[in-house]
Amino acid sequence: MLSLTCPHCGPRDETEFSCGGESHIERPGVEASDETWADYLFVRDNPRGVTFERWHHRFGCGAWFNVARDTVSHEIKTVYPMGAPRPTTP
Amino acid sequence: MTQVLRLANGGLIDRTRMLRFRFDGRDFTGHSGDTLASALLANGVHLVGRSFKYHRPRGFVGIGQEDANALVRVATGDQVEPNLKAGEVVLRDGLEAFSINCRPSPRHDLRAVHQIAAPLLIAGFYYKTFMWPNWHLFEGAIRRAAGLGTAPEGRDLDRYVHAYADCDLLVVGAGPAGLTAALDGARTGARTILAEADFAIGGSALWRGGSDAAEAATAAEAELRALPNVTILSRTQVFGYYDHNALAAVEYLADHGARQRLWKLRAGRVILASGAIERPLVFAGNDRPGVMLASAAQALVGRFAVLPGRRAVIFTNNDSAYDAAAALAVAGAEVTLVDSRPASAASAPGVRILHDRVVSATKGVRHVRAAIVADRAGRISETLPCDLIGMSGGWSPIVHLFSQSGGKLRFCEEIQGFVPGEAVQPVTAVGGAAGALGTLAIEPLWEVPGRGKKFVDFANDVTAHDIAIAMRENYVSVEHLKRYTTLGMGVDQGKTSNVNGLAIAGALTGRAPGKVGTTKFRPPYSPIALGALAGPLVGPLFRPLRHLPAHDWHVARGALFEEHGGWWRPSAYPHVGETLEAAAAREARAARTGAALFDGSPLGKIEVSGPDAARFLDRVYVGTASTLRPGRARYGLMLNENGVVIDDGVFVRLADDRYLVHTTSGGADRIAAMLDEWLQCEWRDLDVVVMNVGSQWATLTVSGPSARDLLAALGTDIDLADFPHMRFREGRVAGLPARVLRASFTGEASYEISVAAGAASGLATAIAAKGAPFGLTPIGVEAIMILRIEKGYLAIGVDTDGTTLPDDLGMAGGVARKGSDFIGRRSLDRPDAVRPDRLQLVGLLTDGPRLAVGAHVLREGGVPGVSDGHVTSSVDSPALGRPIALALIRAGRARLGETVTLYDMGIRHRATIVEPVFFDREGQRLNDGHS
Ligand SMILES: [Zn+2]
Repeated sequence: MLSLTCPHCGPRDETEFSCGGESHIERPGVEASDETWADYLFVRDNPRGVTFERWHHRFGCGAWFNVARDTVSHEIKTVYPMGAPRPTTP
Repeated sequence: MTQVLRLANGGLIDRTRMLRFRFDGRDFTGHSGDTLASALLANGVHLVGRSFKYHRPRGFVGIGQEDANALVRVATGDQVEPNLKAGEVVLRDGLEAFSINCRPSPRHDLRAVHQIAAPLLIAGFYYKTFMWPNWHLFEGAIRRAAGLGTAPEGRDLDRYVHAYADCDLLVVGAGPAGLTAALDGARTGARTILAEADFAIGGSALWRGGSDAAEAATAAEAELRALPNVTILSRTQVFGYYDHNALAAVEYLADHGARQRLWKLRAGRVILASGAIERPLVFAGNDRPGVMLASAAQALVGRFAVLPGRRAVIFTNNDSAYDAAAALAVAGAEVTLVDSRPASAASAPGVRILHDRVVSATKGVRHVRAAIVADRAGRISETLPCDLIGMSGGWSPIVHLFSQSGGKLRFCEEIQGFVPGEAVQPVTAVGGAAGALGTLAIEPLWEVPGRGKKFVDFANDVTAHDIAIAMRENYVSVEHLKRYTTLGMGVDQGKTSNVNGLAIAGALTGRAPGKVGTTKFRPPYSPIALGALAGPLVGPLFRPLRHLPAHDWHVARGALFEEHGGWWRPSAYPHVGETLEAAAAREARAARTGAALFDGSPLGKIEVSGPDAARFLDRVYVGTASTLRPGRARYGLMLNENGVVIDDGVFVRLADDRYLVHTTSGGADRIAAMLDEWLQCEWRDLDVVVMNVGSQWATLTVSGPSARDLLAALGTDIDLADFPHMRFREGRVAGLPARVLRASFTGEASYEISVAAGAASGLATAIAAKGAPFGLTPIGVEAIMILRIEKGYLAIGVDTDGTTLPDDLGMAGGVARKGSDFIGRRSLDRPDAVRPDRLQLVGLLTDGPRLAVGAHVLREGGVPGVSDGHVTSSVDSPALGRPIALALIRAGRARLGETVTLYDMGIRHRATIVEPVFFDREGQRLNDGHS
């Protein structure tokens, strides 16, 4: 069970959160091609290493925030607000 | 029976406290401080069960959680708990326990015939023998014969609780190393939890090292208990190690209140001081009752003052068993130590020591009576009569939790065992768990030469021969070996057998034990009751249902309740002797002819406010929200990004910057969360607040031709003459502040009256009182379903599924009229979304009986064949006097008037495709006098 640090509430158990999947996905407009739209809907990175996800403090303050997590070690590299750019991590 | 093997002095038992207990129907006594294992052995009971596969007589291999043999069933009142290790059962007065896997008793076991058939039951036997024609033909008989205790059938009446804790330092194991580690941490002020599986603190100091070790442990415990930053949890087994230093433990509580407590711990740092487990030696007949680990014999003497045998043979390949031999000798036993090594620096006063010798076989049936001693080449040198064999094949550090934490193990040549290597979480091992075992001077002796059954895994009856078969058949990977032979898969999960097994496999295939490696260690370290994992969240708490604010009022009206979308709602209000179906039809008629009261409180209510509320909802709904004027309402669909319809409802503009969004009854929480996610994650530039206000309001809906008159009779300051359909007013109703919405799910003029949740019962009572002259009838969900199907009003998730797009429902008009983007819009242009042969919502009329929901429309008349869709909703319509149905049918709207064949449970039906509105197609009844 991960320990995640909500930007508002501090460190809490994973059970208080839900994961919203990959972050920093740009939403195309209605003029997008079928391929672009399909990419947006269905295609996700699945890296071995650092992944950037958005998490929701669902049973807490309700905030969404970004998490950089190592998919191998589950180490949380950093937590940063929605709207902030993807951090450059080691 | 007296405690024949109890020593006159010593031990950590309270001789002033006599405890009575029963085992297999026989009465025994023991003392406070005993376990069931030590008490049985004190009474001379070595034979306690039959083995898993061969039904061989078995006794105690160990006397703690490492024991693989002495499993018992413990009865407490009506409760029965199977497969407990006797060494883990704390003795108490009145305890009643039984052996398992033997009938009628371990002494006379009918299935002992398995021993004769033993050559058949070797590794891979099931796979090879029972594949043809079908394993299931044999499964029942085999499962009855092989196996353990029977699972209890009744409800578990015990109570289990959960607890959460975080600490700076968690120390697992309160032996000498754990006590030292806990003191070192606690003295610096670290918030410390010390967890110990045993009921006594001290670990090996309880039985080894004499009075000095015991006194040191007592002093350490006393200091720890005096520190305010230390919590000592005894009888607490840490069984799981998860990410980010999360650990799980189960605490066995005394016999009152809850029986077990599951701890979920988060530790800054973990120190594993869980000790080590002695390994058996693998020689023929090493499973006879009376053959046990040397350390178990030593602990029986030192801690429990039990002398497990008067003529003892200690068989070892290392120095640690010399202490055990000496302890037995001091306690009065005649001891011979058989050492496989040519020499040793260790000594054991009063013990006859044989070097370069092994125990190659044993004699005895229900109890060992002799050890056959041979040289390393297998030549028999003498036979030693004995009633106890203590064996020591070295020690295995308890690395399970370290391995679960993700840490790597390495094989240590010095102790011939696996020890913690590189850690990936903040965890360290100390003491025996780290391989600090004193001087062992061990010489590997994985399999003793000689003929006969040499057991490696006692719990699952896996022998050295089984491992040889697996190697011969090329199951050389340790994971394959485990699955093919079931090595390490028993109740002890290989605590005593893993290292022996993989070393034997390695020797047969020319690999060092470190190269063979271990199987993966997974939680739980030892068996955990399912009840402990579930905790208090059972029965009604497993999935709590929401009750209506006016619940008591419905109960008083005789409502029949059922779950609908997580709510405990009235399905109908049957009269005495009336069926549910008849009641629903009567209620539906009342709504069409007079006035009906429906509790719509679960209706989702979300307030969306802020300067950008209109822009936001334009992006959320298929339709347009910004053009709506305050005080007016509009019906809208919500899609997900795939274009699929996920919710529908009426939204109201309360003010320029404020909307009230109604969702489906089960969808409020989900939709509120979704709206918030879009605002927080995607449209961060919009200044909007979403608030789920559903639980603040109770909504009672008055519906029917007399609804308006009834509302007038209730008394309201709202001008009913100027209150047409799809309008919203705030005012007072029956003296209560109320929000009233003219929207309808029945097809009749309806007033959805929302008042503060606490006022719900009062309003319902007032409506019922003033409604009597109008024939007011409370109606339930069943009647609402009839009424909405008659009108063709769809129910999301019933008449739609995870593929349904707006056009499939005939609701694409909003898309065409709208210029701007909204959630899911782009998906509506995908090639698949514009296929002409999509499933579309239509009506079905049949002259036969009511169609079954789920009945399929056949394309070519054959079964099996291609389905052209299915019935989604179906009722006998009281208003039309005939069955009607809604269905999703391929290209349905182009097929109006066509007669189709439907198929349900082997019976064919005919029906005609029609428009999905059966009653009042023009909607005249909604107007209620307004033009
Ligand atoms: Zn939070």
